[in-house]
Amino acid sequence: MFLKNLGMAVSALALIAGGVTSAAADNGNVKVGMITTLSGGGAGLGIDVRDGFMLAVNQAGNEMLEVVIEDDQRKPEVAVQLADKMIQSEKVDILTGIIWSNLAMAVVPATTAQGKFYLSPNAGPSPLAGKGCHPNYFNVAWQNDNLHEAAGAYANDAGFGKTFMLAPNYPAGKDALTGYKRLYKGDAAGEVYTKLGQTDYAAEIAQIRASGADSVYFFLPGGMGISFLKQYAGSGVDIPVIGPAFSFDQGILQAVGAAALGVKNTSQWNKDIDNEANAAFVASFQEAYGRLPSLYASQGFDTANLILSAMDKADVKDADAFRAALNEADFDSVRGDFSFGNNQHPIQNIYVREVIKEGDVYTNKIIATGLENHADAYAADCKL
Amino acid sequence: MSLVLLIEQVLNGLQSGVMLFLMAAGLTLVFGVMGLINLAHGSLYMVGAFAAAATAAATGSFLLALIASLAAAAAAGAVIELAVIRRLYNRDHLDQVLATFALILIFSEGTRWLFGSFPLFLDVPSYLSGAVTLPFGIQYPLYRLTIIGVGLAVAVALFLLVSRTRLGIRIRAGESDREMIAALGVDISRLYTVVFALGAALAGLAGAMVGAIQSVQVGMGEPVLILAFVVIVIGGIGSIKGALVGSLLVGLTDTLGGFLLPQAFGLFMDASSATSIGSALASMLIYILMAGVLIFRPSGLFGRA
Repeated sequence: MFLKNLGMAVSALALIAGGVTSAAADNGNVKVGMITTLSGGGAGLGIDVRDGFMLAVNQAGNEMLEVVIEDDQRKPEVAVQLADKMIQSEKVDILTGIIWSNLAMAVVPATTAQGKFYLSPNAGPSPLAGKGCHPNYFNVAWQNDNLHEAAGAYANDAGFGKTFMLAPNYPAGKDALTGYKRLYKGDAAGEVYTKLGQTDYAAEIAQIRASGADSVYFFLPGGMGISFLKQYAGSGVDIPVIGPAFSFDQGILQAVGAAALGVKNTSQWNKDIDNEANAAFVASFQEAYGRLPSLYASQGFDTANLILSAMDKADVKDADAFRAALNEADFDSVRGDFSFGNNQHPIQNIYVREVIKEGDVYTNKIIATGLENHADAYAADCKL
Repeated sequence: MSLVLLIEQVLNGLQSGVMLFLMAAGLTLVFGVMGLINLAHGSLYMVGAFAAAATAAATGSFLLALIASLAAAAAAGAVIELAVIRRLYNRDHLDQVLATFALILIFSEGTRWLFGSFPLFLDVPSYLSGAVTLPFGIQYPLYRLTIIGVGLAVAVALFLLVSRTRLGIRIRAGESDREMIAALGVDISRLYTVVFALGAALAGLAGAMVGAIQSVQVGMGEPVLILAFVVIVIGGIGSIKGALVGSLLVGLTDTLGGFLLPQAFGLFMDASSATSIGSALASMLIYILMAGVLIFRPSGLFGRA
């Protein structure tokens, strides 16, 4: 009896407490739910996005912004559950954080359909950029094809005419090869889809050796890229390699080591982009976390600053005004110039970088601008 | 498609099969002798890889790193046998699955706590790096040849251990009748700890050897664990010979399937759909193989009926 009464007392208290916070939440406060990958194989990417995001939040010190963070374990079903929980019981206004395109495809359409905002700090699958675009969906990173398009353009400039292409068999992998081929003018020496999460690439490397290719293009984010590069370096095949930044980010370069030196890769961000916001970001990230930021961290940082800039202009409860404020992208991006196209995906420069060694640390240096003020190929299909 | 490419792919299949054998041998010993389903076997593989990476970073010696991986995995195996596994022998398989699954989570988060979330660096030593030229002008990475050699050597050593030594006699006896050998005065619980540590050490060695060409990261053991279970089901539970044959079958099927199927589909359809259908089918191939074996030999190729 006593226990039952105690239980009732506690739930009554909880109700009161809940009532108080929800009343406070109506004053221009914004609650952001971050669903990202913090455990398992792809955790480095999610941790970088989270750390970049929280760095901007802490620097702003805006008490009206509240962030809840959950781990999706890189599993679509977990991400969907978390999104439901965040929308229904946490009552968040904005969702963000998803790294992987297959998870984004599972979460984003349902989120925007419920009238919540979704700001993508990483995944940019093509269906959400074209016909499936939505007024409440903003992509702060890139459309999936973008970095690959820049790599295709770079292959033309470098005089490659016979590329062997390699990507995992999932939405972003398909987008990768489509993107590369969009601007690449040469022939394909071979095209292979590997298993997502595959760790041994001996069979593919043997095919590369036999294909007579003059260049290799590969999109293998996270641990997959580490395995591929190490095995490629040990195989005795010396055909030049090009890739998007995802296999050459700060988090994994140290694990690849010398095998990556000199490889050209494409990115919308690098730590040597010359602007004030970027210099401050790189310095403060290093101070806060004791490591160099990656492009994922820069995307998280920009996403948080975009939200903060919109909060200064409009109340999130007034969806139209808040959407307009987001669309202006009135914040100092660490990438320099940054604006949204009609499908609310970025229009930005994409750079060609080279892997170098600075002291003991492997990192990237920009060697050229691959594509200037580049928008994505799906914008025309979007009716916004 | 040239003969050289085909031979190279067969070598790749052998290499992945031999590594799988190191995992599957420990798993099948533990399952056969103790009747225990150990899901945490993949965590021991990860422990081996992390121990090797940490040792290589501290000392710069790959040989020391391999020794460290054997020692760390065997020690981790012995500790979990004494602390947790020992209590599970008389429970049913569901309890074992639950407890060893918990061990996976503890090992993963423990490793993350110790080493962080970013992959560690572990590379092939300089004297094993690069490629060698084999007959027919085949270029093949020296390190992968070494893996094949080490794996086969371990297989021979295990075979001798089980068939020629006193410990082997006890293992076989424990497999067929554990009450009887306990009654004959063999310290069965010590035997179990030794077998478990041995299986763990093999998993750790596999983790370290593979870690040098793949990435050393949290969660690296679970995909291999699934394949290792497929192997022991195909080979027959408890049989070392079955584990060897099963590993080679799975390794070859997986590698050659992924390489040949897209080409076979390419004969009668356009290149990009052949690639995607072929790759999709290739990833199912080992499970189809397992189902096929189970239809004709329900207890596996070398299992006792």
